Amino acid sequence: MRINIEVNGNLKTYDVAPDDYLLDTLRADNIFSIKRGCETSSCGVCTVLMDGKAVQSCTILSVKAEGHKITTIEGHQKEAKKLSEHFGHQGADQCGYCNSALALTVHAMKDEIKEPTNEDIKEYLVGNLCRCTGYEAQHRAIKLCLEDDE
Amino acid sequence: MKVVNQALPSVDGKGLMMGKKAYSDDYAEPNSLIVKVLRSPHPYAKIVKIDTTKAEALDGVELVLTYKDFDRRPFTRAGQGYPEPSPHDKFVLDNYVRYIGDEAAAVAAVDVRTAEKALKLIDIEYEVLEPVLDFETAFENKIIIHPEPEIHEMFPIGFDPKKNLAASYHMHVGDVDKSLEESEVVIEQSFYTHAQAHVMIEPHTVNSRMDYQGRLVIYSSTQTPIHVRRIISQALDYPLSKIRVIKPRVGGGFGGKQQVHGEMFVATVTIKTGKPAKMIYTRKEVFESSYSRHPMRFDLKLGSTKDGVLKAIDAYVVSDTGAYGEHALTVFMVAAAKVFPLYNKVDSVRFHGNVVYTNHTPGGAYRGYGAIQGNFALESAIDMLCHKLDIDPIEFRHKNMIKETETSPIFKIMGEGGEGIEMFMDTCKLDYCVKRGYELIKWKDIYPNKYLGNSKYKGVGMAIAMQGSGIPYIDMASATIKLNDDGFYNLMIGATDIGQGSDTILSQIAAEALGTTLDNVIPYSSDTDLTPFDTGAYASSTTYVSGNAVLKAGKEMRQMIINEAAKVFNVKPEDVEYDGVVLKSGENEITLKELSNRLYYNEDQKQLQITSSYYGTKSPPPFMAGFVEVNVDKETGEVEIVDYVSVVDCGTTINPMLAKGQVEGGIVQGIGMAMYEEVIYTKKGKLVTNDLMNYRIPTRREINKLTTEFADSYEKSGPYGAKSVGEIGIDTPPAALANAVYNAVGVRITTLPITPEKILMALKEKEKGE
Amino acid sequence: MEIVNYFKAKTIEEAYEKLQEDKANLIIGGGAWLRLSSKTVETAIDLEHVGLNQIKETKDTIEIDAYVTLREVEKNETLKNLFSGIVSKGVNGIMGVALRNLVTVGGSIAGKYSFSDFITPLLAVNTEVVMYKAGKMPLEDFLKLRSREKDIILKIIIKKEEMLGYYYKMKKTGLDFAVVNVGITNQDGHYKIIVGARPSLATFAVKAMEFINNQKEVTEKVMEETAKIAGEELKFGTNSKAGKEYRTELAKVYIRRGLKEVTK
Repeated sequence: MRINIEVNGNLKTYDVAPDDYLLDTLRADNIFSIKRGCETSSCGVCTVLMDGKAVQSCTILSVKAEGHKITTIEGHQKEAKKLSEHFGHQGADQCGYCNSALALTVHAMKDEIKEPTNEDIKEYLVGNLCRCTGYEAQHRAIKLCLEDDE
Repeated sequence: MKVVNQALPSVDGKGLMMGKKAYSDDYAEPNSLIVKVLRSPHPYAKIVKIDTTKAEALDGVELVLTYKDFDRRPFTRAGQGYPEPSPHDKFVLDNYVRYIGDEAAAVAAVDVRTAEKALKLIDIEYEVLEPVLDFETAFENKIIIHPEPEIHEMFPIGFDPKKNLAASYHMHVGDVDKSLEESEVVIEQSFYTHAQAHVMIEPHTVNSRMDYQGRLVIYSSTQTPIHVRRIISQALDYPLSKIRVIKPRVGGGFGGKQQVHGEMFVATVTIKTGKPAKMIYTRKEVFESSYSRHPMRFDLKLGSTKDGVLKAIDAYVVSDTGAYGEHALTVFMVAAAKVFPLYNKVDSVRFHGNVVYTNHTPGGAYRGYGAIQGNFALESAIDMLCHKLDIDPIEFRHKNMIKETETSPIFKIMGEGGEGIEMFMDTCKLDYCVKRGYELIKWKDIYPNKYLGNSKYKGVGMAIAMQGSGIPYIDMASATIKLNDDGFYNLMIGATDIGQGSDTILSQIAAEALGTTLDNVIPYSSDTDLTPFDTGAYASSTTYVSGNAVLKAGKEMRQMIINEAAKVFNVKPEDVEYDGVVLKSGENEITLKELSNRLYYNEDQKQLQITSSYYGTKSPPPFMAGFVEVNVDKETGEVEIVDYVSVVDCGTTINPMLAKGQVEGGIVQGIGMAMYEEVIYTKKGKLVTNDLMNYRIPTRREINKLTTEFADSYEKSGPYGAKSVGEIGIDTPPAALANAVYNAVGVRITTLPITPEKILMALKEKEKGE
Repeated sequence: MEIVNYFKAKTIEEAYEKLQEDKANLIIGGGAWLRLSSKTVETAIDLEHVGLNQIKETKDTIEIDAYVTLREVEKNETLKNLFSGIVSKGVNGIMGVALRNLVTVGGSIAGKYSFSDFITPLLAVNTEVVMYKAGKMPLEDFLKLRSREKDIILKIIIKKEEMLGYYYKMKKTGLDFAVVNVGITNQDGHYKIIVGARPSLATFAVKAMEFINNQKEVTEKVMEETAKIAGEELKFGTNSKAGKEYRTELAKVYIRRGLKEVTK
């Protein structure tokens, strides 16, 4: 099947099978920021934004993205850079494998929730697993990044 | 210190968050053959017939591999130094399969769909054999898991496959039976730990191609590129000089990527077809078909005087290494070697037992590496003893635990796989760690518990721990520093950054030694063609062993620069002053930038480059005290972890924020093992908890507060006073949490994980008894 | 799951016809967890463009179309305030935001998942399911439906009523499935008690409800007794999340606590 998806502002045409997943379609197009983690919609490292909302690209069929706007961190470089500076200062960087997806989800959260509380942040990001950091440093960095916007 | 002990941002975090190409799969050739493995549906079976004709005939299938394609050459996938202390008991493919998920055949095809279809077309006739699924019955069982004659140990490790023994071990100090007899108070208890999974978020990933010189180039998500190269060469009988292993960015390892995984298959496919190949484990494969923590049973006896002087520790231990013996002996030994010296004043110690084969997923290296198992048993038992003695556990530990300048006979007796090294504790701030943790957790106000109303009880618990800093006389690291024109440096290291931040902290060490800033040192790790030898990221060795190599190289490079300036000025080197930027001698002055440009373009041209290496002659342990506050609901068994306090002595923290990240990441993994991560097999030996819907690692919801501090400590033998910090964080949570739950509601859980169900059922049991 | 053809229906009629064409044709909701199925689907039918994407409010009801995502349900302001917010609370506990942005109401109901955190609270309030052919029926009847006829869920209708609600999902970590979940409502002294993830599908504690609804006064002792009856009448089982005995105990405790909360 031939489908059209707007990826990071560019209209793209992909030849896909009906049971291809968006993760595979986009990685084959050299979008390396989205990662493969678990195949059961549990870890969040494959997260992309579809029309601004966080969705898991390992779970959504490529055909379902047809006609929608997909954004990956390649399309939100400024936000990623800003959050990464806070990560750097808080020592929240470790393996980095989940960080692009986390930055995207933080971005979606900012769009959706005004002045999120500690609870809101944990709730919103609970689907973004991290095995390295223990979360505490990430949480500090995200809070500081949100405060920056105020 | 200007760079070391500074909380500088990591050198790589920004690019990674921005999504730059960095991890192994990002470097796979776009037209790679997809390698998939046919995995055994039986816990134990012999392949009687295998027919690949239908699979081979499928359009798009390039190659099908079975045991017939490989020589009978046993090896170990352990990823350790050579000769390995693990038995050579694995064939790339064998005519026996030994656990559900074991490799029966492999396929290379043009895409994933074709490869998966081809797997279904391989006809295998199995003779299904009765498995050994209970590790407590494995020893001398009539069922022998490794009957093949070719397998062997590299040196004596107690390997005896006819008895299902991958390894066995015995040590003692003094006369334990006599000490126990003389002890006024004795406690005896068995403890069980389970096969925790690493759950590094990047699955095992590897890809290969032939380069234009006809060499096999492999990108692997590995902790041990040098070992991977050697093991491929050995197992496939392929010249070492024709193999290049590149470790790009790794998405977490925690020991799981010390062992080799898909390397043998992609390498074979590329060697046989000349085509690029790649393999990514599915999450199910990561769970079922890689490695996990060795489950153990500890039968522990402690003896003490009635006023709380510990006299004897006696442990008989059985460890389950699963189908293959990776790290069988060494994990087993660490369960005592990096735990029992905590109580160094005892008269006698005995530690002995077996590491048995079973038809389960193999055990392997995992952060904590035996110490977490041993710590759970010993630190739980110590609290049980304190309870029996009616002594506060803090007071007991202050009285009995190891202190600075002291030693333990165990250090000399037990190393990793052999004898150890006599060591005195030049740095041991355990005393401070316990005192400080006691204050931070407000022990005095809470211990043992406080009723919160509505059936909830608040309790506190604690445990102390130690680890090592590399393996003395075995772990070797080297570092190359190259000065470039314009005066910046390349730091080439075999040490493998797997997310723990070693590229950053090794660059900090280099920058400090060179007198420059962090941005002036460009780290690169690691590539077996380009970076110097390093055994790899394991055994808490990187900061201490690789760090010392970097420090040495940095100092030597600094001297080389001074020597060159002395020539320019025509003075003696000792007459040159150098602040890392400007070289001066009297009236003479030259900047490093000018000097390097002169060296490369103008006069007396030469490359300044130095490679230095280091191996430890001891393994100074980091220490910590872990304290936890919990709220336990007596009606449901649910536990809320309110705060986890860690006070750590790891010497100097090269980067305090990253060191904190190592501790906190370890704590949360330890909490996961202690509370949430359950491993369930069916009666038929199939792993039920084989995905992230059934195997639950901690989410950010469970983590309310982590309080992490470091003791003021300076280890003279370490780089700028540092010891290791990668593993120590994981050790205390199981025992500290078991102790806290006991203190809160009065039930002792001795089998991990400590689930609400176990707590409630134990409470019901206790009610019945009362 | 293997999918041979993909069909984006433009109308519900078209979708229905396609569905009947082949036994192996299937409606795809949000598409979550397709990977877990080893089925081969001849034609997957997508409902994105048939116009089932609205949450409509009338004076007495909230009608939620089948293609609305769980995240949209969770964020609906009316539902947040009705029945002490138990429908929103139930949905909120399901996996992460990025999955709730995909999973649809129709898909969640159609699957009749025994671990569902959506069905339990919906049973505790007055919910009807509207099917394209079979028409309107109470949710509990829908759950019992064993019809072989393939039909399409159009929407669910939740009656806006004044009631106090309680929902609790016992789970081990933030992303876990329920070990047991309990939904309770109190509408003017009439109680409904539902227990899900036992581990089988959510169901009413009929005898317990009968007992409590016949009491003149709901004292703590009555609550205790109600919980006990529920514990005895409901079937609990063992799976990888927990054992039978623990589930039974847990349900009893949370029924008691829930009753206390909705009795004010």
